[in-house]
Amino acid sequence: MKNKFSLFAVVIFLSFCFVIFYKGLNTPNNYTPKVNDKKNIPTFKAKDFYSNNYVNSDKIFEENTFYIVNIWASWCVPCRAEHPLLMQLSKNESIKLIGLNYRDNFNNAKKFIDDFGNSYSRILVDKDGTLGVEFGAYGVPETFIIDKNKKIIKKFIGPINKNIVEEIKQIIK
Amino acid sequence: MKILKIFIILILSIGFSHVESNEKNNELKNKILKNIRCLICQGQSVYDSESEFASSIKLIVDRKINEGLKEEHIYEFLREKYGDWVIYAPGLNKNTYFLWLLPLLLFLSGGAIMIKKLKFKN
Repeated sequence: MKNKFSLFAVVIFLSFCFVIFYKGLNTPNNYTPKVNDKKNIPTFKAKDFYSNNYVNSDKIFEENTFYIVNIWASWCVPCRAEHPLLMQLSKNESIKLIGLNYRDNFNNAKKFIDDFGNSYSRILVDKDGTLGVEFGAYGVPETFIIDKNKKIIKKFIGPINKNIVEEIKQIIK
Repeated sequence: MKILKIFIILILSIGFSHVESNEKNNELKNKILKNIRCLICQGQSVYDSESEFASSIKLIVDRKINEGLKEEHIYEFLREKYGDWVIYAPGLNKNTYFLWLLPLLLFLSGGAIMIKKLKFKN
């Protein structure tokens, strides 16, 4: 009876280990960021791209509207690809686009804006990438949707495409 | 002359204490950075990585230490931004109870079996 119980315990333990390892094999090993978590917008002070003056985050997001924060850089190739879509979004009156110029050179960034158009109502400078960290960003490009309650409700990692633009339009409806 | 001596000692002691606190901060910074995962790298800590993401995190950690934040608060800040995955040693919470308690449970049950066997032999 005792032996049977020991055998049963060993079988249970081995099956348990098998399930754990089998599940582990099926789980992707790379990191999948959470993109739908609601988070408060960070409080920060950032330099305005054109005026060079520091602005507080509560001044930046003071209007009762949806905001889109887009992290971009002139050296980032996917940013060029998504820029026409941002230009299209900027025409929508129920959203305001805030650009976060990430680890960039002012002249190059200015040339980018002059060449491709300015889709942003305000551009902030993130010279060392720390402002991006405040938003929980991984790199460029990245786009965050902020609702009227000043919560980050969605983030898109990588360049936005037509489907994402449609999704954004649905969110701000 | 006496005043000059006192002045020199004072300057030196301030200098040494500054160096000591800088060293302590550096040690703490390295400890924290080694425990933060570089999320865009393959199996590297932020300490080992030279990526843009890692260098931004290094700056943030440095800034937070200088602001007087404790190690746990810095982890908490990063966890809030990037989730539990960013820390190599995840804290004890409802998602990690199993992870933390299983080895302890196995150890205790192993110990109990051993004690029982020894008692039985005696």
